[in-house]
Amino acid sequence: MHIDSIQNGIVIDHITAGKGMEIYHLLHLDELDCSVAIIKNVVSGKMGRKDIIKVDADIDIDTNVLGYVDPGVTVDIIRNGHLAEKRQVGLPTKLTNVLFCKNPRCITTTEQELPHIFLLTDPEHRVYRCLYCETKAK
Amino acid sequence: MRSLINILDLSVQELDELIAIANDIIANPGKYSEICRGKKLATLFFEPSTRTRLSFEAAMYELGGNVLTVAGADSSSAAKGESIADTAKTVSCYADIIAMRHPKEGAPLVAAMNASIPVINAGDGGHNHPTQTLADLLTIHREKGRLSDLTIGLCGDLKFGRTVHSLIEAMARYEGIRFVLISPDELKLPGYVRQGVLEKEGIPYAETGDLEGALPELDILYMTRVQRERFFNEEDYLRLKDSYILTPEKLAGARADLAIMHPLPRVNEISVAIDQDPRACYFKQVLNGKYMRMALILRLLEVL
Repeated sequence: MHIDSIQNGIVIDHITAGKGMEIYHLLHLDELDCSVAIIKNVVSGKMGRKDIIKVDADIDIDTNVLGYVDPGVTVDIIRNGHLAEKRQVGLPTKLTNVLFCKNPRCITTTEQELPHIFLLTDPEHRVYRCLYCETKAK
Repeated sequence: MRSLINILDLSVQELDELIAIANDIIANPGKYSEICRGKKLATLFFEPSTRTRLSFEAAMYELGGNVLTVAGADSSSAAKGESIADTAKTVSCYADIIAMRHPKEGAPLVAAMNASIPVINAGDGGHNHPTQTLADLLTIHREKGRLSDLTIGLCGDLKFGRTVHSLIEAMARYEGIRFVLISPDELKLPGYVRQGVLEKEGIPYAETGDLEGALPELDILYMTRVQRERFFNEEDYLRLKDSYILTPEKLAGARADLAIMHPLPRVNEISVAIDQDPRACYFKQVLNGKYMRMALILRLLEVL
């Protein structure tokens, strides 16, 4: 299978096999009018199988969303056909409007314009808690 | 400018300093009687409260300051749909410091993020109530002479009891603390406190449903009320409200130097006969709460 190399854009690599489509939708890549390639089940020395997304435009992506959904991914920034930057994503320490608090007693239930902010409180167990009421994200 | 939203906003050193200031206020009240002249405390209470609001107001008056008050959500602009953020910004134009109680968890934090003056959380739903914890700490310190090497029994509603959660978080930072958690199964301490504080910090604890059996080993017994307002279901409240009632007979096996505490108000969980027992400390707690709020106001207003 042949996919053209990118001149200016991003490559989201080391996606856990099967999560490519989820990330495609979460990052709203379906709303772009440039070429976007989702490559599924690529053979990987480290991971066995992985997914890759290539975007043929130098766009800003929400690495917090990416890190939360799949913290092992890397983001390669391609400029003039060369790798200009390689970003390790990792678990984000803060998520804004990615998770939504389900606690009926939380202030976010009545103050509709408040951003839903979650903080990483236990990296080992990937626990996020609401900034306002400290309820654990599910 | 700092606010107090969670008891953990204060370091152990700052807690010790507040206790030292409160003890000095008790010993030398005249020294502090005009120290806040010209300063205004706004008490914004969006949930019914008697003692906490009066305690804040008494604290400010005894420091020589003044009080602006909103009696309840019905009589404030919140009833017209104003946001917490806008309320905080507006009140910042009138007052020097805010004490806020709100039924929604996190509301005082939202106020603190938007106010240009210090905000004190005077209770946000079942979440935090840091100034009650300040009252508790001063009471323990005055009764026991220390905040370390204590076995503390927490009894009643450990699930929704915000004073219990804050007290555990505060005491877990001192050496030699052990907790005995006494509650019915339905009102056990939530996992985020048990795992997130006790187990994470390696604090020894035991869980039991037997109050009398636990009493002999306790230095402090902290009783709590089963709070009707925390239940969505009236049936659950009625089934659990009388789970633990402390009577003189039950105290037979307790230590002579036990300190019996309660954040008040009580309903029936401590028999009034115990009020005469020298081990009863709950009305001292009320007074200590006022002194600690005075110390806190002084520190947050940076007048001391």
